[in-house]
Amino acid sequence: MDAIRKKREIDRLEKDVEELRRLASKGSDEELERLHREVEELKREFYRHLGAWQRTQLARHAHRPYTLDYINMLFEEWCELHGERGFADDPAIVAGLARFHGQACVVVGHQKGRDTKQKVLRNFGMPKPEGYRKALRVMQLAAKFRRPIFTFVDTPGAYPGMDAEERGQAEAIARNLREMARLPVPIIVTITGEGGSGGALAIAVGDRVNMLENSIYSVISPEGCASIMWREAARAEEAANALKITAHDLLQIGIVDEIVPEPEGGAHHDPEGAARLLEPVLARTLEELLPQPPEKLLKARYEKFRRMGQNVIS
Amino acid sequence: MAWFKREKKSLESVPPDERRVRTEGMWIKCEACAAILWKKDLDTNWQVCPKCEHHFKLGSVKRLELLLDDAEWTEHDAALASNDPLAFVDTKPYKLRLKDAQKKLGMADAILTAEGHLNGRPLICCSMEFGFIGGSMGAVVGEKVTRAIELCLEKQLPLVIVSCSGGARMMEGTISLMQLAKISAALARLDDARLPFISILTDPTTGGVTASYAMLGDLNIAEPGALIGFAGPRVIEQTIRQKLPEGFQRSEFLLQHGFLDAVVHRRDLKRYISTSLDFFLA
Repeated sequence: MDAIRKKREIDRLEKDVEELRRLASKGSDEELERLHREVEELKREFYRHLGAWQRTQLARHAHRPYTLDYINMLFEEWCELHGERGFADDPAIVAGLARFHGQACVVVGHQKGRDTKQKVLRNFGMPKPEGYRKALRVMQLAAKFRRPIFTFVDTPGAYPGMDAEERGQAEAIARNLREMARLPVPIIVTITGEGGSGGALAIAVGDRVNMLENSIYSVISPEGCASIMWREAARAEEAANALKITAHDLLQIGIVDEIVPEPEGGAHHDPEGAARLLEPVLARTLEELLPQPPEKLLKARYEKFRRMGQNVIS
Repeated sequence: MAWFKREKKSLESVPPDERRVRTEGMWIKCEACAAILWKKDLDTNWQVCPKCEHHFKLGSVKRLELLLDDAEWTEHDAALASNDPLAFVDTKPYKLRLKDAQKKLGMADAILTAEGHLNGRPLICCSMEFGFIGGSMGAVVGEKVTRAIELCLEKQLPLVIVSCSGGARMMEGTISLMQLAKISAALARLDDARLPFISILTDPTTGGVTASYAMLGDLNIAEPGALIGFAGPRVIEQTIRQKLPEGFQRSEFLLQHGFLDAVVHRRDLKRYISTSLDFFLA
């Protein structure tokens, strides 16, 4: 509530500045500049201190760039591959070959839809077992031909439906976790939106895990947590805070390696800007990992996950 | 006083408490066939209904007694306990939940790691305790299972994990989630080392436990009638807005769909594990 009030205040001030600017005839008006700067400062302050629930809402924003957007903006020669060679192609996960700064690589990511039709087609970014199996198939292809892997994570979670259960949702996720731990090529993971539990982790075991500033990564959705803990989904804001799901929280406990900044106001304000900010992080990480021999890579990857949670037991 | 009134109430000479035999808590109604069972009968039958063979939950210690020779084993990492990393509070502080569970069950978290023998063969066996916050997996369960795997690697021993869990532990947030990756990575090493891992799935095995080690056994064996799945039945019903068919997500259903090697009765479990290990190992 407080955040909404502040945001309104900022919007009002912003409008005032615009209005003043329009009224003031050309020339430098110091007062105007000062006001403008003040508003910018307020805005920055506001976005820096967003709560976990506000960030959850940003992470789910319908205009936030999705995997295919990042592929378009950051990769060349994208060639999508379909199917897991068993049952069906799952549109909630995209996978394929591409080039990043000229380097041949594999890209895998969750895909959400923007309009209703696309949303239904992409099943709201909730993969079924065949999606995870497709992801693994293409990643193993990368391993076979020694190509690095980029994954983009943005899902509310693995699809909790009857058909998904029948075809072994749990088995598909489990297998990905085990196999990703031993793929002998660099795996660079970026959480771009919602990191929804096992459904996110199933393509998020890697050498580096980066998180966009306003993305979240959680064992359960805040609504799910609230409805279990308090039998009231409406207390999601409380749950979001309790679960510690923001990039800043997770960097602190060593679950993610780096926070990727977003353009002012969030990635949805400026998708190109978001891609521009992500690009150097991916480039630097790739450069770091590419020359490493597989044994060293795998050992470090094992140790990275091996450490998780060790500091919270006594 | 009227001549026909009784002078005293004769029945009151017996205090109400002693009037009937106390049977409180000695009988139990079978969840499946509704037969009334003498609790001691159930105990001697390893919590399997003698009338309909329904498998009740078996405690983690009893489970080890069932599987390991002479009910003898060495426990590892018994003292590992969570320090409530998120200072999580819902209707009750997580710290208090932990303390209550620890007091009730006499164990530090939801799993036991035992080194013992099964029909003479040395092995490591992890046994989960549903009574401890729903057998949920947080950092401690994750660490203990990973250490158990590493112990198998070090001593070249086979691994048996008996799962009984609602999934990842919400109160430790994303740390719980990361345990799935941690354990699965360790299992990749066990697999590379060609050491057998037999996963036993009991009622219930759901969520993050199914989506990591429970489904990664060289053999996945379930007890009859166990609920096994990724999403819980209530969540699925909410998603599809209809009732689930009878038997959905039960052991027999998973067997039919190709996710289990076998459904094995509790009384045959030890023999089954023993024979399969004989096939895998010298």
